[in-house]
Amino acid sequence: MAELPPLPQDFTYSKEHEWVNAKADAIVGNTVRIGITAVAADALGEVVFVDLPAVGDTVTAGETCGEVESTKSVSDLYCPVTGTVTAVNDNVDDNPGLLNSDPYGEGWLFEVDATELGEVMDAAGYAEANHI
Amino acid sequence: MTKHTPLHDVHARLGASFTDFGGWDMPLKYGSELAEHRAVREAAGIFDLSHMGEVRVTGSDAGALLDYALVAKYSSMAVGKAKYGVLVDAAGGLVDDLITYRIADDEFLVVPNASNTPAVVEALEARAEEFRTEIVPDAAAEVADESADTALIAVQGPQSQAILEAAGATEGGEPLDELGYYAWQPLTLDGVEIMLARTGYTGEDGFELYLPNASAEAIWELLFSAAEKVDGEVLPCGLAARDSLRLEAGMPLYGNELSLEHSPLDAGLARMVELNVRNKEHLFAREALEGLLAQQPARVLAGLTSQGRRAARQGATVLLDGEQIGEITSGQPSPTLGHPIALAYLDREHTEPGTAVSVDIRGKSYDFTVAELPFYRREK
Repeated sequence: MAELPPLPQDFTYSKEHEWVNAKADAIVGNTVRIGITAVAADALGEVVFVDLPAVGDTVTAGETCGEVESTKSVSDLYCPVTGTVTAVNDNVDDNPGLLNSDPYGEGWLFEVDATELGEVMDAAGYAEANHI
Repeated sequence: MTKHTPLHDVHARLGASFTDFGGWDMPLKYGSELAEHRAVREAAGIFDLSHMGEVRVTGSDAGALLDYALVAKYSSMAVGKAKYGVLVDAAGGLVDDLITYRIADDEFLVVPNASNTPAVVEALEARAEEFRTEIVPDAAAEVADESADTALIAVQGPQSQAILEAAGATEGGEPLDELGYYAWQPLTLDGVEIMLARTGYTGEDGFELYLPNASAEAIWELLFSAAEKVDGEVLPCGLAARDSLRLEAGMPLYGNELSLEHSPLDAGLARMVELNVRNKEHLFAREALEGLLAQQPARVLAGLTSQGRRAARQGATVLLDGEQIGEITSGQPSPTLGHPIALAYLDREHTEPGTAVSVDIRGKSYDFTVAELPFYRREK
């Protein structure tokens, strides 16, 4: 497999391949950024369209909150946290390929004022679950 | 247990992502499937298609047997030519679509799809037996499955002729300009005897090289060395790019558009069926095909495009004024055209190009328009 960008060690991950840009104990009560992992982006193929929640929407941990469409397929986006969406990355609308080229940086999806955390794992747990 | 082509190790070294396709572990993509697609449209791409079947039919009655067993006319083909045809079951359902090459007066090479090869071999053997015992007593026609020993490498794209020439294809042999589309000629490269065909599944000019397994790696490497001498980026290409290229070219894929549930008439091959039913003395499933010809198919294959961003995928429902009028068989964003394209079976009365329809994509309705096929046609 082609070389994937390294997994940020200080992020938290869901089994559905979303990341949150904070350690698990620093998520609830904070505004956190959410995206999909390089593992997911690579499996999807090149991303051509992203359907995201809008600012002000309430999202619920473990439930779908959008879709990611690639050349080959469509996948649901599951939210790893509960809270209110405070920002959405408009750049991925114009340039969905950012999810492939920079999944942990420029390819972020949205930000949430988190009130609750779903089922997650740390970087080591995610790496082990996905044989990275 | 998935099967490996003789180039599997080469793909692994190139960092390919693999996928199961018809029981074979095949490269899906090596890097970016969009870059691979673009390489074929703009320069060239090289594919390992060794999973495809190769069935040799020999004997002085080989052409007559194929005329009986398949829905296309083979006995009148010139040596050196290729022909598209289909094999149907007793009910007229599609067992496979396949290309057949005439190698000599008494020799043909039939190329089925990978996953259908066992069914095609079985059908050809059974029909050969019927032919010899019931139709032409003691007819000379033998069927031999050579799939396991034969590799197939495709070079597709506007630079494919330049690559073959740079690889030495014209040294002491026939000039490639003389080789027409849907034709083949023998080629010796680096001491390897190859059957070089000008055929493909991408909508571009291109070649398919049939060769012994043992020489596959050497010829693959030779082609990539030659590719360095031509303009443009030439990439190894996987099945993802093969699928998006064939869809833009409006070509059906067995398993998506074609299946036992569909007849050749559904797939737009009514004329082929009609000519063969009328002109052949002996034809397998003639009665079933005549029955199908007597009634127009309810749904036929058509193209759809959208100016939106959401692609319609296989299985999505096509609607007109809230009524179901069809189902998507293949669909994705077209890398070349920049908008979604799809193939669908639609009620015959709604297949006029320009007809506005909607497609239910995951519970939401999106506007699509019936379009002429192919979606993409290369400039000649």
